[in-house]
Amino acid sequence: MSAPTLPRDSRAEFLRAFKRNLTAHGFLIGAVLCFSFFSWYPMVREFLLAFQKTEGGATRWVGWDNFAYVFGDPNVWQAWRNTLLFTGLALALGFVVPFVVSLVLNEFRHAQGYLRLLVYLPVMMPPVASILLFKYFYDPGYGLFNRVLEFLHLPAQDWLQSTDTAMLSVVIASTWMNMGGATLIYLAALQGIPGELYEAAELDGAGLLRKVWHVTIPQTKLILSLMLLMQIIATMQVFVEPFLLTGGAGPEGSTTTVVVLIYQYAFSFNQYGGAAALGLCLLVLLAGFSALYVRLSRDNEN
Amino acid sequence: MAERTLISPAQLGRTRGRILYWTVLVLVVAGFTLVFLGPLYWMVANGLKSTEEFAQVPPTLVPDSLHTANYEAAWKVMDLAKLLFNTLYYAFGALAFQLVLDVGAAYSLSKLRPVLGKAVLGMMLATLMIPATVLVVPQYLTVLDMPIIERNLLNTPWVIWLPSVTNAFNIFLLKRFFDSIPQEILDASAIDGASAVRTLRSIVLPMSRPILGVVSIFAIVGVWKDFLWPMLTLPDPALQTLNVGIYSLATGVPENHLIAALAMASAPTLVIFLIFQRNIMSGLTAGSLKG
Repeated sequence: MSAPTLPRDSRAEFLRAFKRNLTAHGFLIGAVLCFSFFSWYPMVREFLLAFQKTEGGATRWVGWDNFAYVFGDPNVWQAWRNTLLFTGLALALGFVVPFVVSLVLNEFRHAQGYLRLLVYLPVMMPPVASILLFKYFYDPGYGLFNRVLEFLHLPAQDWLQSTDTAMLSVVIASTWMNMGGATLIYLAALQGIPGELYEAAELDGAGLLRKVWHVTIPQTKLILSLMLLMQIIATMQVFVEPFLLTGGAGPEGSTTTVVVLIYQYAFSFNQYGGAAALGLCLLVLLAGFSALYVRLSRDNEN
Repeated sequence: MAERTLISPAQLGRTRGRILYWTVLVLVVAGFTLVFLGPLYWMVANGLKSTEEFAQVPPTLVPDSLHTANYEAAWKVMDLAKLLFNTLYYAFGALAFQLVLDVGAAYSLSKLRPVLGKAVLGMMLATLMIPATVLVVPQYLTVLDMPIIERNLLNTPWVIWLPSVTNAFNIFLLKRFFDSIPQEILDASAIDGASAVRTLRSIVLPMSRPILGVVSIFAIVGVWKDFLWPMLTLPDPALQTLNVGIYSLATGVPENHLIAALAMASAPTLVIFLIFQRNIMSGLTAGSLKG
């Protein structure tokens, strides 16, 4: 007797599930379409472009030719060297400075809110404004920085005009513009360290530096490594700072980074294939760092 | 008792400790003000100087006389009103699209859980692992000739609005917040006969105000700060954003006018920041930290 009702029930259930799914997909569809057009499809296209050549509207499959071309271009090697130099300098400055700053700020019982506000202020400036401002500061003639050096009886520098200092100048500006975010994240992490750990370290006779080394750093290790990875990924992709400060080239191409070169390949020389091949190399290199980042942040969640 | 830090309260309590503390504090406050506020002061002050005073060596700290006319001239010559309006138009349009589509997606993935929802979320999060700069070239080629609809989006606001929706980090933040809303409340509303839209509007959204605020601010600031994408996709000077417009006009105007323009271009986001600093700073650590 109950047999005929069973299919009707499961049908109703199926209909209900179908309707529920329809609503759910209705909510999802807009974002999915945007992702399809502006993220997923371009991702696939990046891979295809790297192995294609476009001439006069016709697309031709050329295998590894684009890669061979790109690796034969001496500018590419210089761009990689410049990018690594930028990343190295940016880590020496942009990774260490915010951590030290957050360590110092965390000790203050006064004015902490004001100081936090100050470090984050440049992050909110339109990058073009900050960069044009720094261009004035770097000017060897009337620039502010050489005035300050003069005041301190130090030799004047050529800043952006010299191959020795151009990249460092870009890094200094970039650090000023971007260090706020990292500083605030470190501060939040420092505030989560239990005070007893410091007390215990003091009982063992640890001085200031030993406390930093044996308590602060181990306690913030996860955040520090996540931020390190994030900064490597971000700095390897630097574009706006060298592009606007030095027109993307600098003296003897000393500030041309990989992404600046990708931009030039694509939009100055119309070589989308070369740009895609170079982009793919960067992607492969950074995928390793990204995977590591995802694994570490999953540990953080658990 | 306040949470203790590196330096012990006993050490700070001693006279020597206290003197050291206040010396370092004063030095740091003075140094930070100089380093982070100094350039902003320099910008506003030099925008007020006359052309002769601007070029003067050594430079003056305080302008001799206030040339507010520089600001007026920069406003007119660079047509900052138009650039400002464009940027606002793109920023708030992007905000509207992100609020509607990203919130919808996060709500669906968190509470309605459609078939393949996990896979879609995974594919969205995967975009975070692709370096953004690598995608600029294929994205540009895509908007030149959109597949299926076969339209060129260059020089239209869609080229800013639609790609801004593909912000996997926003969706992740929103989904995580929605996950923390108890399912029982939603079930109760469903039993009362409320549709999914209604539940979203009258229960989920009012409870999510803090995260919506954070996402909104980041959406607006994101458009405000972007440079490369609007430079590529809005070549028409009449449609450009503040960043791109100032960059392309920078060489054609007197230096003190340019500096005045920079000051005016920086003001809106700095004001937003000063008003919403609490939300911005809490949002900053929301995604990257647990405790």
